[in-house]
Amino acid sequence: MSYDNNRGGLWGRLRGAGLGLVLLVFVAGILFWGGFNTAMEWTNREAFCISCHEMEANVYQEYRNTIHFSNRSGVRATCPDCHVPKDWTHKIIRKIQASKELWHHFLGTVDTPEKFNGKRLQLAQNEWARMKATDSRECRNCHNFEYFDYSIQGRRSTRMHQDGFSEGKTCIDCHKGIAHSLPAVEQDIGSDKGGAAPEVFHPTEEKPAGAQN
Amino acid sequence: MKNKTRNLVVALLATMSLGISLGVQAADNVQSLRGRDVAAPELDPGGYVVPKDHAPTARDYVQQPPLIPHKVEGYEVSTNFNKCMDCHSWTRYRETGATKVSLTHFKDRDGKELSNISPRRYFCSQCHVPQTDAPTLVDNTFKKAEGLR
Ligand code: HEC
Ligand code: HEC
Ligand code: HEC
Ligand code: HEC
Ligand code: HEC
Ligand code: HEC
Repeated sequence: MSYDNNRGGLWGRLRGAGLGLVLLVFVAGILFWGGFNTAMEWTNREAFCISCHEMEANVYQEYRNTIHFSNRSGVRATCPDCHVPKDWTHKIIRKIQASKELWHHFLGTVDTPEKFNGKRLQLAQNEWARMKATDSRECRNCHNFEYFDYSIQGRRSTRMHQDGFSEGKTCIDCHKGIAHSLPAVEQDIGSDKGGAAPEVFHPTEEKPAGAQN
Repeated sequence: MKNKTRNLVVALLATMSLGISLGVQAADNVQSLRGRDVAAPELDPGGYVVPKDHAPTARDYVQQPPLIPHKVEGYEVSTNFNKCMDCHSWTRYRETGATKVSLTHFKDRDGKELSNISPRRYFCSQCHVPQTDAPTLVDNTFKKAEGLR
């Protein structure tokens, strides 16, 4: 009897402890997960991006004069809207890649406007390559070209969009410099600037395989 | 000698005071185009509307720099990049459907022909401007050149 009782007690205690552990892990999981996602969200704000002077003094100032900062409807595109993917997997990957920015921040790689402009060609090319590879996914989060109304778009927009999309072009092929000043681009006017080559600025190759429209 | 100097001074003073009184009079009845004192705060630029992209505007005389028939807001023209030439250059115009930049723009100030626009034509908006719906400041009787009417 007592044996049975003991066994039941042990079981009971073990069961209790197990349940407790599961509960604890569960709660910790919620907290961690919540905290993690909160941290993700917290780093997905414009205020976070421009808390670094490299971002604030250069690209942010330029962006303040553009349509994505202020326009007649007041709908804004902030830094993460264009630079950080919306869906979870791509977002995490981009966030991990972006940890190099922290490193370069402490190294002071681009801590003066001169250094920043010196490296801008490389940074811009990284961004162009990224957007080209994703078929400008971040632009298309807001702009869906299937709903472009060509009867009210400008003459030039209507023509270039219809021609461009039928050739498989993507937003970034034509809209470089939409939010910031551009790095030097070779246009063969005057002497060589050591900038982006014409075929880099206007790539002619086909759209990457697998990219959907 | 002394007399001459004195006369000169008197004459000078006389003209100066005349000038001043004339100046005061002028200031009373001449209005600046802006209608404001130079020291007064800037006028509101006015929300003038730039018309939508449209077909090229007819020129009023042959040598006129054609007006820009489209929006140019936010177009970068800097040492790094010339947005206008991104559409109007001879290498790009076919793709963009823009008018190719005039051959006259290829000549430098010594009359030498270059293979692309001369740096003195780099800043297009020195000569080419878009139009807005702003009212004209003064009436004028300008007419199109004979040959273009
Ligand atoms: C810790 C300071 C810091 C913060 C915060 C920061 N950045 Fe940066 N960022 C940098 C530095 C430094 C570089 C230059 C990296 C280099 O030299 O390669 C950089 C480079 C970039 C680049 C170029 C990317 C590339 O691959 O070369 C982009 C785009 C960018 N930042 C966007 C953002 C956005 C969007 C945010 C907010 C979500 C942000 N940054 C927050 C410091 C920062
Ligand atoms: C957060 C949403 C959002 C994102 C992301 C976004 N845009 Fe926009 N975009 C807007 C809004 C809002 C406007 C202004 C619409 C208006 O008021 O006419 C705009 C306007 C524009 C215009 C019109 C410019 C003009 O002068 O009329 C272009 C071109 C453009 N976006 C391209 C892009 C490109 C290229 C990207 C990707 C790099 C992008 N957008 C990403 C929301 C966004
Ligand atoms: C083949 C080149 C090309 C491609 C590809 C392209 N655009 Fe454009 N887009 C233009 C041109 C040219 C204009 C008109 C000139 C300007 O605004 O500077 C324009 C204008 C616009 C405008 C303003 C429209 C108006 O008339 O008010 C928006 C918004 C825009 N583009 C968004 C996009 C988005 C989003 C994508 C990707 C889905 C894209 N564009 C892809 C060339 C292109
Ligand atoms: C409308 C979309 C858009 C927004 C909003 C935007 N960017 Fe960018 N950004 C781009 C594109 C496109 C590039 C690629 C270079 C180019 O075409 O100018 C770029 C390039 C960069 C670069 C690389 C350096 C350079 O000038 O090329 C940095 C750093 C950067 N962005 C940071 C930011 C920060 C910080 C913000 C917020 C203040 C921001 N961006 C807002 C579209 C955007
Ligand atoms: C996105 C491409 C694009 C850009 C950028 C652009 N243009 Fe144009 N421009 C055109 C097109 C296309 C036309 C012809 C319009 C038409 O026929 O519908 C044109 C027409 C013109 C004309 C009229 C030509 C004539 O024969 O009457 C002038 C002048 C002009 N642009 C000047 C400029 C200037 C100056 C800039 C830079 C501030 C500029 N353009 C930037 C595409 C562009
Ligand atoms: C010094 C003044 C000046 C500057 C700067 C200038 N242009 Fe012109 N442009 C003219 C004049 C004048 C004409 C008309 C006569 C002619 O063809 O030379 C003209 C004609 C044109 C035409 C019409 C050509 C045709 O075949 O009908 C285009 C397009 C043009 N310019 C584009 C540009 C662009 C783009 C820039 C900047 C890179 C520029 N211009 C800079 C004065 C100028």
